[in-house]
Amino acid sequence: MDSLILNILTPVAIFLFIALFTLFAVYAERKIAGFVQDRLGPMETGKYGLLQTFADILKLLQKEFISPSASDKILFALAPILIFVAVFVGYSVIPWGPNLIPSNTHTGLFFIMAVVSIDAIGILMAGWGSNNKYSLLGSIRAIAQMISYELPVGLSLIAAVMITQTLNLNEIAFNQGLLSSKEIYFLGFWKVNEIGGIFGWNIFQAPHLMVSYAIFFIASLAECNRAPFDIPEAESELIGGFHTEYGGIRFAFLFLAEYAMMFLVAMLGVVIFLGAWNSPLPNIGPAKLADWTTGPVWGVFWTLIKSLFIVAVQIWIRWTLPRFRADQLMTLCWKILIPLAFVCMAISGLWRILIMI
Amino acid sequence: MIFKTTIQGLATAIKGLTLTVRHLFSARKKRQSLDIKKDNYFEEQQGVTTVQYPKVKMPIPEVARYQLDVVIDDCIVCDLCAKACPVDCITIEAIKSPEAIGKTSDGSVKRLYAAEFDIDMAKCMYCGLCTVVCPTECITMTDKYDRVTTNLADLTYTFSDMTPEEVKKRKEEWTKFQAEKEAAKNK
Repeated sequence: MDSLILNILTPVAIFLFIALFTLFAVYAERKIAGFVQDRLGPMETGKYGLLQTFADILKLLQKEFISPSASDKILFALAPILIFVAVFVGYSVIPWGPNLIPSNTHTGLFFIMAVVSIDAIGILMAGWGSNNKYSLLGSIRAIAQMISYELPVGLSLIAAVMITQTLNLNEIAFNQGLLSSKEIYFLGFWKVNEIGGIFGWNIFQAPHLMVSYAIFFIASLAECNRAPFDIPEAESELIGGFHTEYGGIRFAFLFLAEYAMMFLVAMLGVVIFLGAWNSPLPNIGPAKLADWTTGPVWGVFWTLIKSLFIVAVQIWIRWTLPRFRADQLMTLCWKILIPLAFVCMAISGLWRILIMI
Repeated sequence: MIFKTTIQGLATAIKGLTLTVRHLFSARKKRQSLDIKKDNYFEEQQGVTTVQYPKVKMPIPEVARYQLDVVIDDCIVCDLCAKACPVDCITIEAIKSPEAIGKTSDGSVKRLYAAEFDIDMAKCMYCGLCTVVCPTECITMTDKYDRVTTNLADLTYTFSDMTPEEVKKRKEEWTKFQAEKEAAKNK
């Protein structure tokens, strides 16, 4: 009975978190956009515009359902649900703290990669169901982009998994700090099981994983359709891409899925490469900074801080770089990221054989 | 080749990112001097440039030339302003008077009643030609620029101070005078 209640409470808590995060992230996005462009951003609703996103969501909830008369009603109605669920399910295997994980599965990473790809089908459903040329163009672009960029994401993750030797995200998180069950080495030569902190993170366990993380980060931007890879949405050329015809609560769900996806890929990168819930502060002699800052509450704190930082970088990049052209997008993926990811994977194999033995 | 473009792409991306993050952090400051006449106006390039308009207003010149105003008592209804207007935003209807009505403040004799003197500020392009041609300088540009209304008709400013009854009376007066003159001629 207790486990049943827990199994109901966890998704509800995660959903509430996603909703709150989205409200916060939209506000942060608009504020950062404003500051980068020497503007102020929202200022009128509440102090410093703090209530702006709440006003926005209230507006969206009040709107009526509009489906275009020529649309495919079933696909049109199902698409936002499918897109959101695909992202939402991804949260089920990501650890928030030591053993604080909704579902501790051995194939967690594989599961995430599998369910997040379903997102592409949802976007195609949305674009096709809308029966609008812009929507269809947007979704075609989205499919081409998401399927292409799945490869560098997967390959860079494989490079990390070859070092960690497990697909279980909980174990991957454990093996990056003080609580590790196996020996961890900083850059392959300095044993840091007792020191912990930033030195234990996967990204520093082998130098080529830094390149891997860079590839993962760039490709994950494309996975969640963020600028500079936002050609599926491309407001200035496709109006809104696949969500042109959506309004009201359906649009709210598409938006929620977009921001949930941002946080999901940020968190996945944090778990695999940036030490998950482990503290970035190392033990220095008598100052046991890592010991003091490890625990369930600290774990959630570090996960949040790191992920939010990555989300902030995503927003920062969005307001700096212009949109890629479709051919440039494919060039970057197939000619640069994928070969580089393959090289990293090969180095991972050699590293495993020659250095970690 | 592809290696070179990759490096170049990364370098330019980093350049752009440092530029935006500089702006992000300089947003803590606000542009202090809003007056373009000040010497240091163009030196302050850092910080937020937004002026939160209804709460903060930018200084305007002493002799600002914005929305039109008419002192109808000084108007001799010569119609020059309506003729000069490039966008035809001034509508004037004059009624002739049998005798001189009075004098304007600069001594010109008024012989016409202004039954209608409307300026459609939604059409006005603020060129100021009407103020140049006005012989009595009764039409001027003021320093008001932000009249806001939810009704478009409110942007048509009416300056005539005659009531409909008065207009009717003056018209009848003139027709009567015309008829009398006509009768005198035919006699």
